[in-house]
Amino acid sequence: MSKKVWNSLLAVFVIAATVLSACAPAATEAPATEVPATEAPATEMPATEAPTEAPATEAPAAGQVEVFSWWVGGGEAAGLTAMTEVFKEKYPDIEFVNAAVAGGSGTNARAVLATRLQAGDPPDSWQAHAGQEIIGTYVAADQVAPLDDFYAESGFADVLPETLIPLISQDGHPYSVPVNIHRSNVMWYNPNVLSEAGVDAVPTTWDEFFAACDKIVAAGKICLALGPQWTAMHLFENVMIGALGAEKWNALWAPGADWSSADVKAALDAYAKALTYTNSDHAQLADWQPAAQLVTNGDAAFNIMGDWADGYFENAAPDGLGLTAHTDFDWAPVPGTDGIFVFLSDSFVLPANAKNPDATNAWLTVAASKEGQEAFNPVKGSICARTDCDQSLFNEYLQSAGTDWSTDTVVGSLTHGVVANDAWKAKIDTALGLFLSDNNVDGFQAALVEACASDGVCK
Amino acid sequence: MSRTFEFNMPRFILAVALMILGLTFIYISETRGITIAQKNFTSIGILISGLIFYSGVLVVVAMFRDESVLSFAMLLPSIVAVGIFVYGFIAWSVRVSLSKWKGLNPDYTWVGLQQYSDLILHDPRFRIDVRNTVVFTIGFISVCLILGLGLAILLDQKLKGEALFRSIFLFPMSISFIASGVVWAWLMNPATGSRITGINLLFKTLGLDSLISLWHSNPPPWGMAYTVIPAVWQLSGFAMALYLGGIRGISEEIREAARVDGASEFEVYRHVILPMLRPVTLSAVIILGHMSLKIFDLIVALGRKDQRLDVPGIYMWTTTFDGTNYAQGAAIGILMLISVAILVIPYLVNSMRAEAEL
Repeated sequence: MSKKVWNSLLAVFVIAATVLSACAPAATEAPATEVPATEAPATEMPATEAPTEAPATEAPAAGQVEVFSWWVGGGEAAGLTAMTEVFKEKYPDIEFVNAAVAGGSGTNARAVLATRLQAGDPPDSWQAHAGQEIIGTYVAADQVAPLDDFYAESGFADVLPETLIPLISQDGHPYSVPVNIHRSNVMWYNPNVLSEAGVDAVPTTWDEFFAACDKIVAAGKICLALGPQWTAMHLFENVMIGALGAEKWNALWAPGADWSSADVKAALDAYAKALTYTNSDHAQLADWQPAAQLVTNGDAAFNIMGDWADGYFENAAPDGLGLTAHTDFDWAPVPGTDGIFVFLSDSFVLPANAKNPDATNAWLTVAASKEGQEAFNPVKGSICARTDCDQSLFNEYLQSAGTDWSTDTVVGSLTHGVVANDAWKAKIDTALGLFLSDNNVDGFQAALVEACASDGVCK
Repeated sequence: MSRTFEFNMPRFILAVALMILGLTFIYISETRGITIAQKNFTSIGILISGLIFYSGVLVVVAMFRDESVLSFAMLLPSIVAVGIFVYGFIAWSVRVSLSKWKGLNPDYTWVGLQQYSDLILHDPRFRIDVRNTVVFTIGFISVCLILGLGLAILLDQKLKGEALFRSIFLFPMSISFIASGVVWAWLMNPATGSRITGINLLFKTLGLDSLISLWHSNPPPWGMAYTVIPAVWQLSGFAMALYLGGIRGISEEIREAARVDGASEFEVYRHVILPMLRPVTLSAVIILGHMSLKIFDLIVALGRKDQRLDVPGIYMWTTTFDGTNYAQGAAIGILMLISVAILVIPYLVNSMRAEAEL
């Protein structure tokens, strides 16, 4: 090898070495020096350790709390920031580290989280859908600790709907702190399309719905706007609950479930019929928004979607469509689900091997507090999990949801992780996908029975 | 082979300095960790420190004045990295696929080939995946080859602006599948009535209503056949480049000889050029085939996880990361690997043998 090559090679090594020597010692000191610079509202922060509002019996929690979520954009990120401000005020000694991972509805974030948990490097708390998504996945893997003490000390259970507690518990132990509540069973509709087609009353049963659909199709409109496959599962759970009722729906997810019953068959038939009224291009729509927009544009009459659609309809551009409630769009419970609140909830957990339990506890305290939830939810466009939030902070739709939340029977959503663990849900999703391609109701039911036996409660 | 050792003091000092530097940084990284902008760079720091240490070793090896030893020493980090991160993880995936790992925590309980037999014998979704892959592969390769050969023959006619056409036909290849998938999903929009758009709108405006299509929303398996269109658009130019190279490699004298023997221009192509392009066809089938067997990004962008357009890559992703069924995901991954290996390995063995004969 020529001398020249050698010299340049050595030069590269020496430069690399210098660069590393320059950055390594400085970098290791980074956390200490960088903190004040990155934390904007440091003005309220006392320079020395001051007594905090943490329980006086314990030493004030210090260090940092790394909170993992998939809230990176729009109202979600803004809501998280608002709640973080509350946290910083209450616990100025704990540094809040936002470990959010981008990616719609958390698919990417969950994969990242799974890798971290397998490597024994859990965040101090992470976002997950309340219910079986936590219990079947994280509790089953001994990654999440029960929160009995937290619930007992904070009195959190007293301000939650009674029917909610069993859905977020396993063997009587609650496992998560719900921060917000969304409703799955909302039917959004375009009042103008309905009146033009001669539909006078909003349907309250599926038979009425199909009768209305016939009129709407005759008027040359799409009856039921649908999006990609996950929205088909969203529709599935709502038709099932509407046809079965709350009790039989809950029974499908409890030991002794019977998926082969005639009731389920009838509900599946209703679902198959509902699908015949949907837009032909549903599988090609990018997400739920284009389907919801079919309704507001006047191309379609109904769309069954969770109540995050309200923010999309009412917010000013670019976050929303800037529409007016009751004239441009309107809402009603999904047929057959009046008096039922199909809920889903983002919630936070306590890791089983928490690195800093005091800091996690502080974060959960804020997430459960009235102040924290009142800061988060109006911005995110959801209602408080607590039933005692100040309703005047919310818009008209959210106020109506808030009222229903404290009075309705609460049941869990399938699509959004409440009633089935991830493996079971994935099996149901596969069965649903096969059904969408072959329209074979009996085959679908058989696959659902099989899914319950292989990954569900029918083992 | 003479192995001389030439001691060189400055170089030796450099070597020792590099090794000490590397070890020091490893120690610092291990004990204190490296954090830059609140991100953990400790493992990258250890990796770089290790390479600095190894560069010191290389300086010593270089003193032996033996090129083959030095080149092996230079390659060693890559060999180790490939060994661990490619072959090591293939082996680990095989092990996972023979277990019943479902859920977050690893569960290596041995179940033999059960994951494979469940997939192949009992899983209706995997059956759809296989059917879709076969439809896609056959359509994609055959149309690409025919179009590519046609374009190459046209470009072979010594026309003006050949370089421009070559670039135009080859250009789509530089776009990622995910981007072209998104664009083609807009173009092949199946909406009807007042919401008609994309190519269908063009057909309607031109009065060609009979051509309006549901595209990839057609009932299976025909929907899958339409996903071939963007793939062909993207890669037929590549097949053209391969064929054009092959045609240009055939000397003009052979063609002249055929013409002298009375062959028409068509017969020259049919009986002289095409048979001589067989090795090119084989290469093209291998390259296109391994792409289509592993296809994921294009179908995700086009079909948005519509199960009628499911392929093994998508199933692997959803079952592993949405369903936490790691064992089944690993089994699908290994089956994909085997399907590609069946295609590629005979070709590799063949070309290695040919090289050895040279």
